[in-house]
Amino acid sequence: MNYYFQILTVIMINSILAVSLNLVSGYTGQLSLGHATFMGLGAYAATLFTLKLHLPFLASIILGATVAAFFGFVIGVPTLRLKGDYLAIATLGFGEIMKNILLNLQITGGPMGLRGIPKVTNIYVATAALILVIFSLNRIMNSRVGKSFIAIREDELAAEAMGINTTRFKILAFIIGAFYAGMAGGLYAFLFRYINPKDFGFMKSIEILCMVVLGGMGNTYGAVLGAFIITVLPELLRSVSPVIAQYRMVLYGLLLVIMMIVKPQGIISGSSLSNRIKRKKLLEKGGQ
Amino acid sequence: MDIIPSIDFALWKGMDSKMFIEQIINGLTLGSTYSLIALGYTMVYGILELINFAHSEIYMIGAFLGLVMVSVYKLPFIAALLVSMAGSCLLGITIEKAAYKPLRRANRIAPLISAIGVSIFLQNAVLMLAGPQARPFPTGFNVTNLNLGSLRISSLQLIILLVSIVLMVGLHFLIQRTKLGQAMRATAQDKETAQLMGIKIDQVISFTFAIGSALGGAAGVLVGVYFDSVDPMMGFFPGLKGFVAAVLGGIGSIPGAMLGGLILGLVEMLGAVYMSRYKDAIAFAVLIFILLLKPTGLLGRKVQEKV
Repeated sequence: MNYYFQILTVIMINSILAVSLNLVSGYTGQLSLGHATFMGLGAYAATLFTLKLHLPFLASIILGATVAAFFGFVIGVPTLRLKGDYLAIATLGFGEIMKNILLNLQITGGPMGLRGIPKVTNIYVATAALILVIFSLNRIMNSRVGKSFIAIREDELAAEAMGINTTRFKILAFIIGAFYAGMAGGLYAFLFRYINPKDFGFMKSIEILCMVVLGGMGNTYGAVLGAFIITVLPELLRSVSPVIAQYRMVLYGLLLVIMMIVKPQGIISGSSLSNRIKRKKLLEKGGQ
Repeated sequence: MDIIPSIDFALWKGMDSKMFIEQIINGLTLGSTYSLIALGYTMVYGILELINFAHSEIYMIGAFLGLVMVSVYKLPFIAALLVSMAGSCLLGITIEKAAYKPLRRANRIAPLISAIGVSIFLQNAVLMLAGPQARPFPTGFNVTNLNLGSLRISSLQLIILLVSIVLMVGLHFLIQRTKLGQAMRATAQDKETAQLMGIKIDQVISFTFAIGSALGGAAGVLVGVYFDSVDPMMGFFPGLKGFVAAVLGGIGSIPGAMLGGLILGLVEMLGAVYMSRYKDAIAFAVLIFILLLKPTGLLGRKVQEKV
């Protein structure tokens, strides 16, 4: 039973990560390949607040998320001037630099990581956190700010012409995304009780991106669904048979390719404005 | 020494001019392999606007193919290199046909995820077949140090530089002087117009993957020989750095990829003298610096944004 609770907790944490990346990449349209960086920063900051300053759990998590958000600002200001693939590569670069720094600092324990973290995260804490994140995100997305995010995704030039300060809102999306990811990182640290820079590398960023894309870009619940599938799938493969377990990473790669070929828009495709217009045009053409 | 006249060597803690030059040679050797990798990225990006994440795995499998040819089939080094390039070629074409071609009309992110899927698949497939341990790369020729005056170059470094130069000159000839190269350049410029001019785009894309993959496989063999080590995870960092080199030089630009690789190799080797622990971060710091100053890279064309 413990095992299932553990997996459920991981699903909640991964859902927070996917939902937060979905805000940056799905709603605002800024492809990030370094989202795990913010998770790592939050995890390390929260852990250090607890281990060195003996702050209580909740304060550590929130402060850790704030540190991640601050770095989101620091990284976002220069990189968000870039577009598309260039932005993706810059975020990837920052992720690798941050990992390198974590690997070499004294206070972060270098490649040994940090251990001896108290286990505080459980299924209730993680679920509460996810609900809080989704609730606040929905509030943001229904506000003027959220509408600006979507306007930037749909057409940056048009958004700018409508008086939206696109750079500012892109940075804001990045900061909010980093805050949530940092929170997930803190929860992660207090669940596994051991963190290591390698946990938050490029592969983790890719995993989060896969959750978002699999579930459907631009849809919060799609992101949660994607997180569920990506978390459960390897466990499922492992439980089916030990032989398959050996091949699970091979199958994981294969499934990603097949998924993209069969349904590239994800399971629950976000209804973007351009999609709707395209669909409408197709219907009109069909009618003629 | 007149070669490097006005550099204040006091800046380079404990490094005299001889060491400086040796470090430059090391940097050029490493950089030339980055260039070879970068060419594969840049050619594919130039035509499909796709970051081919599977390229780092082609590089790794190229190294393994070379190793198998040398150690199992006892082929001489050059023959093994050629077989490995041919194998990488086929692999590249297969990947394109299986994982990218069905997605040509999809959104931008789908092929990217597909490429990542291929990369995870290949890496773990090799991991299953060959195991995680690193293997030495027996080349058959004994490495000697050539003494040029007071500085030393290993024969291995010379071979790597030589092979890289031959491949790059060959590529330049192919792109600039042949009909196929012309078709590739036309496709990169404007796919639809190229199609109207009677260019078979599918063939051109296949050729692009074939050539890029062959160069990537060659780079894998060369690096495997250079560090005398081949393992399933070896593609990750060189792959990323090859991509960094491509962006640095201006993605889509072939001379840019060559230049970017060399610069990256040099910066990394010289930077490693000062802060060896941050060696892997240097490449990315350079990348971000360049992206902020000149987002299209050193030799990249400026793209006009269409409204």
